[in-house]
Amino acid sequence: MAERAGIETSVAIGDAVKAADADVIAAYPITPQTHIVEHLAELVANGELDAEYIPVESEHSAMSACLGSAAAGARTFTASAGQGIELMHEVLYVASAMRLPIVMAVTNRAVSSPLSVWGDHSDVMSCRDVGWIQVFVENGQEAVDHTICAFRIAEDNNVLLPVMVNLDGFHLSHVIEPITVPDREEVEKYLPPNSYPLPLNPDKPVAMGDFAPPFIFTEAKWAQEMNIRKSYDHIIKAWQEFGEQFGRHYHPVEHYRTEGATTLLLTMGSFSETAMTAIDSMREKGEKVGLIRLRLWRPFPFEELRKALKGVDTLVVLDRAISVGGPGGPVASEVKAALYNQKDRPSVVSFVGGLGGRDVTREGFETIINRGREIAEKGSENEFEIHGVRE
Amino acid sequence: MVKQDNEVTWQDIEIGGIVTNPGNADYYRTGDWRSNKPVYEFSRCIKCGLCAIFCPEACITRNEEGYFEGDQYWCKGCGICAKECPVYAIKMVEEVE
Repeated sequence: MAERAGIETSVAIGDAVKAADADVIAAYPITPQTHIVEHLAELVANGELDAEYIPVESEHSAMSACLGSAAAGARTFTASAGQGIELMHEVLYVASAMRLPIVMAVTNRAVSSPLSVWGDHSDVMSCRDVGWIQVFVENGQEAVDHTICAFRIAEDNNVLLPVMVNLDGFHLSHVIEPITVPDREEVEKYLPPNSYPLPLNPDKPVAMGDFAPPFIFTEAKWAQEMNIRKSYDHIIKAWQEFGEQFGRHYHPVEHYRTEGATTLLLTMGSFSETAMTAIDSMREKGEKVGLIRLRLWRPFPFEELRKALKGVDTLVVLDRAISVGGPGGPVASEVKAALYNQKDRPSVVSFVGGLGGRDVTREGFETIINRGREIAEKGSENEFEIHGVRE
Repeated sequence: MVKQDNEVTWQDIEIGGIVTNPGNADYYRTGDWRSNKPVYEFSRCIKCGLCAIFCPEACITRNEEGYFEGDQYWCKGCGICAKECPVYAIKMVEEVE
C-alpha cells in the first residue's frame, strides 16, 4: 500500500502518471507546469518509467505528437498552462473530434498581456468549447486522484475523449501537501490496459483526421456532441469505482455545508478551500450560507447544478477569469443560462476576482457573499462586480 | 448497400470520423472544381512525361498511343501541365458547360 507523505503537487502528478504506466509523454515546459514535466523527464531518464519522452519544440507540437501517440493506441500524457494552452489551441479541437484519449494536466495560469505567470482560469476558459472533458481539482490529493481517473475515463471505449485536469498554478501546483500516490499495483486494478478500438496499424490501415464536405460536417459535429453527453454517466461510474477502491469520492457538483442554506457561493479549483473557511466563520455567526463547487466543467452538469440550487435564494459565483466586454465571468454566465428556463431559480450574482495570482482571503469571500446578497436584494446596474480592485 | 451521401446519419459515422476503407479519395470527383480545362495537341507532344510528373493531382497517364492525357474526373484545371510543357502541346481553355 502506498503511504501518505509530504510531496509537491506537481511531483505527485508525475508519480501518478508513472503509477498509471503512461507510454508516451510529449511536453514543452512552461511555468507553472514545469515541475510536472521535469519530474516525468527524470523518471523516464532514470528508467523508473518505461515511456517515450518527446521533448518537442512547442506546445503546438506537444499536442500534435500526442495525437499521433494516442492514435497508435499508446497511453498518452502532457501538461501545459497559460500561453502554452493558447499555442496548442487549434490542436485541442482535433484531439477531441478525433476522439483520442489524451490526458493533460493544466496548471491554470493567466494569459498575457500584461505578462503574468501566476494563476487564474483565463487559459482554460478560452478552451471552453474545444470538446475536452474538463475537471477542476482543489488540492494535491485530488490532482493525483483525478490524473488517474482521467486515464480511466479517457480510454473507456464508451468515452474515448481527451481529458483536461485543471489545477491552479502555484496555489496548487507548487504547494507541498500530505498526499497518497497509489502504487502501480493498486492503479492496475482500477485502470485496465489501453485498448483503442481502431489504432494506427500498418496491417489494417485506416485514415484518421479526414476532411468533411458540407454534406457530412453537421453529422460529424452532432456525433461529437452525443459522445460527450453520453460520457457523463461513464465519468460518474469511473469516480464511483475509484471511491469504492480508494475511499475518496468525487461528484460533478460538490457540496459544503449547504444544508438549509439560502445563499450559496459557487467556486472552482483551489480557492474553494479558502471559501470553506469563510463559510465556516459565517455559519458560526448563524448565517444560512453554503458552498458548491463545480468539479466537472465539461460536460456541464446541468441536472446536478439545478438540483443543488433547489430552494436557494441567492447564488454568488466567483469567476477567476474575465470575459472582456462581455457578461463578466464565463462560469456565471453559463450558470445563468442553465437556470434561465427554471421556474424557481435563485438570483445569480457574478463576481470576478483572484486574477493573475491575486489571493482572495477568507474575509474577501465574506465580503463577496455579503455584497452578493445586497445586489440580489436591491439589484444592480452592472452585469458583474470585480472583487478587490483599487479605485 | 452503400448509402448515398445525403442518406448518411450521424450514427453512421465511425469513431472520430475514422475512415476504415482508406484510399477512397479515388471516388471524389474533383473534376467539377475546374473552371479551365486542358486541351491536348498530340501532334506537338514529344511524350516526355513532364506534365505527368508535375501534375499535383497525379491524374495524367499515358493513353494507348503513348501520349500523356489527364483524367477529367479528377483534373482540377490548375494549368501546371500547360505551364511546364516544353513544346506547348497543352492549352488551357475555359470550361463552358
